[in-house]
Amino acid sequence: MKKYTYTDKKDTRSGFGAGLLEVGRKNENVVALCADLVGSLKMNDFIKEFPERFFQIGIAEANMMGIAAGLTIGGKIPYTGTFANFSTGRVYDQIRQSIAYSDKNVKICASHAGLTLGEDGATHQILEDIGLMKMLPGMTVINPCDYNQTKAATIAIADHHGPVYLRFGRPVVPIFTDPDQKFEIGKAWMVNEGADVSIFATGHLVWEAIQAGEQLAEMGIDAEIINIHTIKPLDEEAILKSVAKTGCVVTAEEHNRLGGLGDSVAQVLAKNNPTPQEYVAVDDSFGESGTPAQLMEKYGLNAANIIAAVQRVIKRK
Amino acid sequence: MNEDITKLEQIASQVRRDIVRMVHACQSGHPGGSLGCTEFFVALYFSAMERKEKFDIDGIGEDIFFLSNGHISPVFYSTLARAGYFNVSELATFRQINSRLQGHPTTHEGLPGIRVASGSLGQGLSVAIGAARAKKLNNDNHLVYALMGDGEQQEGQIWEAAMYAPFNKIDNLIATIDYNGQQIDGATEQVLSLGNLRAKWEAFGWDVLEMNGNVMSEVLAGLAEAKSRTGKGKPVLILMKTEMGNGVDFMMGSHKWHGVAPNDEQLAAALAQLEETLGDY
Repeated sequence: MKKYTYTDKKDTRSGFGAGLLEVGRKNENVVALCADLVGSLKMNDFIKEFPERFFQIGIAEANMMGIAAGLTIGGKIPYTGTFANFSTGRVYDQIRQSIAYSDKNVKICASHAGLTLGEDGATHQILEDIGLMKMLPGMTVINPCDYNQTKAATIAIADHHGPVYLRFGRPVVPIFTDPDQKFEIGKAWMVNEGADVSIFATGHLVWEAIQAGEQLAEMGIDAEIINIHTIKPLDEEAILKSVAKTGCVVTAEEHNRLGGLGDSVAQVLAKNNPTPQEYVAVDDSFGESGTPAQLMEKYGLNAANIIAAVQRVIKRK
Repeated sequence: MNEDITKLEQIASQVRRDIVRMVHACQSGHPGGSLGCTEFFVALYFSAMERKEKFDIDGIGEDIFFLSNGHISPVFYSTLARAGYFNVSELATFRQINSRLQGHPTTHEGLPGIRVASGSLGQGLSVAIGAARAKKLNNDNHLVYALMGDGEQQEGQIWEAAMYAPFNKIDNLIATIDYNGQQIDGATEQVLSLGNLRAKWEAFGWDVLEMNGNVMSEVLAGLAEAKSRTGKGKPVLILMKTEMGNGVDFMMGSHKWHGVAPNDEQLAAALAQLEETLGDY
């Protein structure tokens, strides 16, 4: 098992904030919008440097999505910022008609995704957003795993023409990816090569998968770990190549097991190479209040759950 | 001026013929609101708007228009075709398979003249505000126009946009409400009263004017007045009184022709009232 260490921990939303500032410096067409959550989205540095390119919309997410769509007409590249719940479910029809169907170059940047939003509870913890967004034709869906990858993704999506859903979170988590990484949309990242099982993880679950991989190695199980940061378009080649070697799969995500990464992987496997698969995901329920760690444990989303899933799936080979 | 009005009225007569023929040909679509907004579309595209001959989606250096109540696509498509964005013969494909003239307007098929999809109501004003913002960022001194329905005022997003634009001094925007008092299930006063629309928009901070949307000279004057009020720190709203089905006597003033196509006899009766001025497609 390749050794991953970290010296610093940060929230992925701060990676977004840093990336937004940098991409704002690189590309004068980048503009940002926010629905009364500037601090939560870490947009202050961008606003300070580019006040004329920032639009405070107020608590009106539907209007924000429409204004973002309109800003693209004239060549702007709008980044919208609010919580994942208010970036997707609340404004699904606005995104569907004014952005996705209209092929507008809007970057929907969504913080506080999943259970790790924590104490605010299920009203704010969306676990359905990946599914909602990946079903929209033409939508790119990205869920990076740490500060550095979120920053790199935030910068990279400006060069991709078309709507993007960029999902990140609130909790402080280890930084273990390269600060100078080149983020390639749709290209999975090989975290660790292995032979016994393929663990496909996205977002906060990538670090959990690494923790699991280390313990599995001690148990004599050689896990291949791949970071699927782009859920759509999915890196089918990387998935099929890995599965051809390992013969079984665990998918891990901070999302409902219905409609997320696991289902995307299952579809590829069913069509090309039917393979035993176990899901580490929320079992079709809403979340609740608690600390991120408590919630990840209660809803079965930590390294221990990945290890248990690996043990189950290997028996099914 | 009078010559110009005569010419615009002739175009409007042809656009009305196009509308009823398009809707009749596919036996679906929305003739009522389309007929009611004919003077507005013709005045906008053939007189008020400064626009380039060739369409590009960014619309930099020209006035641009957004249709929020996308169901009145027949009048939009006919006007765009008669204004030269695409061949009028394509009007025959309206709502048919493999057509660029979808039931509701869309950019998806690349039809020149359309900048955003609409049909699901309440979204167009927000998009227009965004485009107006982009014009300001680009130092593009041109205007953004938007048309909404009156029934559409029941959508919440409209009021998010209504609150945003005056506070942010979006004064390169002229929004118009097609105030015909009808919606699918009946009169707006019966379905969900709009109350005092003028007072509502003024209270939100818009510069509001009213005009009769079915008299060409009044539409031209109203649009000119609206234009003169831009650039003064407030977005402009035109409350445009129209009659659903205007120009075809048996369709006038009733919600029953909101989304119903005429049969063969009704088409003949309608066309008998509308002079063919530019040649049918």
